[in-house]
Amino acid sequence: MSSKIYDFSTLTGSIDAALNSWMSPGLAVLTELVIIGLVFLIFYALLGLFLVYLERKVCAVIQNRVGPNRVGKWGLLQTIADLIKLLMKELIPIRKADHLLFILAPFIVIIASFMAMGAVPFAKGLHVLDFNIGVFYVMAVSSLGVVGILIAGWSSNSKYSLIGAMRSGAQIVSYELSVGLSLMAIVVFSGTMSLSEIIESQVNGWWIFKGHIPAFIAFIVFLIASTAEINRGPFDLAEAESELTAGFHTEYSGIKFAFFFLAEYINMFIVAALGATVFLGGWMPLHIGNWEGFNQVMDYIPSIVWFFTKTFFIIYVIMWFKWTFPRLRIDQLLTLEWKFLLPISMVNILLIAFLALMHWHF
Amino acid sequence: MNSISKYFSDLFRGISSLWAGMRVTGKYFVSPGQIVTQQYPENRATLKMEPRFKGEIIMPHDENNQHKCTGCGICEMNCPNGSIEIITDRVPNADGKPERVIDKHIFHLSMCTFCGLCVKTCPSDALAFGQEFEHAVFDRHKLTKVLNQPGSSLKKEAKK
Repeated sequence: MSSKIYDFSTLTGSIDAALNSWMSPGLAVLTELVIIGLVFLIFYALLGLFLVYLERKVCAVIQNRVGPNRVGKWGLLQTIADLIKLLMKELIPIRKADHLLFILAPFIVIIASFMAMGAVPFAKGLHVLDFNIGVFYVMAVSSLGVVGILIAGWSSNSKYSLIGAMRSGAQIVSYELSVGLSLMAIVVFSGTMSLSEIIESQVNGWWIFKGHIPAFIAFIVFLIASTAEINRGPFDLAEAESELTAGFHTEYSGIKFAFFFLAEYINMFIVAALGATVFLGGWMPLHIGNWEGFNQVMDYIPSIVWFFTKTFFIIYVIMWFKWTFPRLRIDQLLTLEWKFLLPISMVNILLIAFLALMHWHF
Repeated sequence: MNSISKYFSDLFRGISSLWAGMRVTGKYFVSPGQIVTQQYPENRATLKMEPRFKGEIIMPHDENNQHKCTGCGICEMNCPNGSIEIITDRVPNADGKPERVIDKHIFHLSMCTFCGLCVKTCPSDALAFGQEFEHAVFDRHKLTKVLNQPGSSLKKEAKK
């Protein structure tokens, strides 16, 4: 049934075979690493630029505005112009900052998002790292970013930065729990932590449909908690422009600021990709049970299109959150997590374990 | 028991109010309706400025080239930046008494912050805000304007 879907591993396998026939195995592996690194760098930069553009357009439409429309057709080159501006800006050194940590912080943030990106399955067979603990790995490395944020806040030697970083720390440490528990719900259903096997388990329907209401609740909890985890509005207390000027990146300028900015958007993509993979079937087309004809029609849409459609749908929902809700106070934020999301997801996971035990899911 | 029901009612009230907000923004996203952005250089021909817009200080003249400025100097005194200078003359009137008339009402647009104190304090409503806003010039002396038109005179009104 799913043989109709183009498998990218034939393409990557043929590249691998060609490289191995040209050079020694060690060199071939090295070349592959360089190629993958370059592809990811380019993808990362283009994705960051596009997401910033998308965010500005979405917020403009929501607020009855036009959005960027001067540079290039429909303002498409606006973010490229912004990037050139940021590249040329002066990097202001802070005299009383902790220099090593100050320079290190943006790299930690960006490396964390790079590492998480490696485990995202983009299409059938297009998957850099297929761990057997994929879900666990993505959660672990994406929470490394908070270390970078804390370092940035501490090393800037500025009270705004420190307050922002501490808020961010409290926020990410608490919302990590809900993200973990909501992902665990699907891990219980599918019985595996490997992202590729989770996708394979959705061949007869996505988990959000197969898992009844508990899976839907887990999806909602995942959306809320992951929005908080990537420090985006309404949970953007860590940068809170109106209270803390810019929070942890107040003292950063030029391309170092751009790194934080980029990492925030890439984290949004990673979270959306993870949500799409776990709850909405990743690159798996919309399959309904045993409807062979329907499933085969859906298979004609390439898997990479399915993946990006679902991911951008979740990105749109996260942007929708940001441009609708006002920012939470820190006590409201922690109340939401510890008094609402965490108990709900704990009860939810018990329910899901029961459902999985009784085989009541499809 | 009461606190448990309060917990759940809080939860569902919160969800419903958040959903109400998302419905509003979602509606705007799919049908933005009227776009409020004015795309300025393209819409110059149709651009309509609102009457409250403070573009510049003007002195309205009527069809007989008459204005209402008596040259009292209150606007000059009230201007925080000294952007108004008034030069008056003394001209004998019909009765042969010397009377103060305005010679030049000089307005330095380059110094004006558009606070509106001159318009507000003018006892004879001689000043007003104009809607013109394209003030960019290559020579800053062009920003010094004489508000009363040449040959204009004071409009005599019956005393209230």
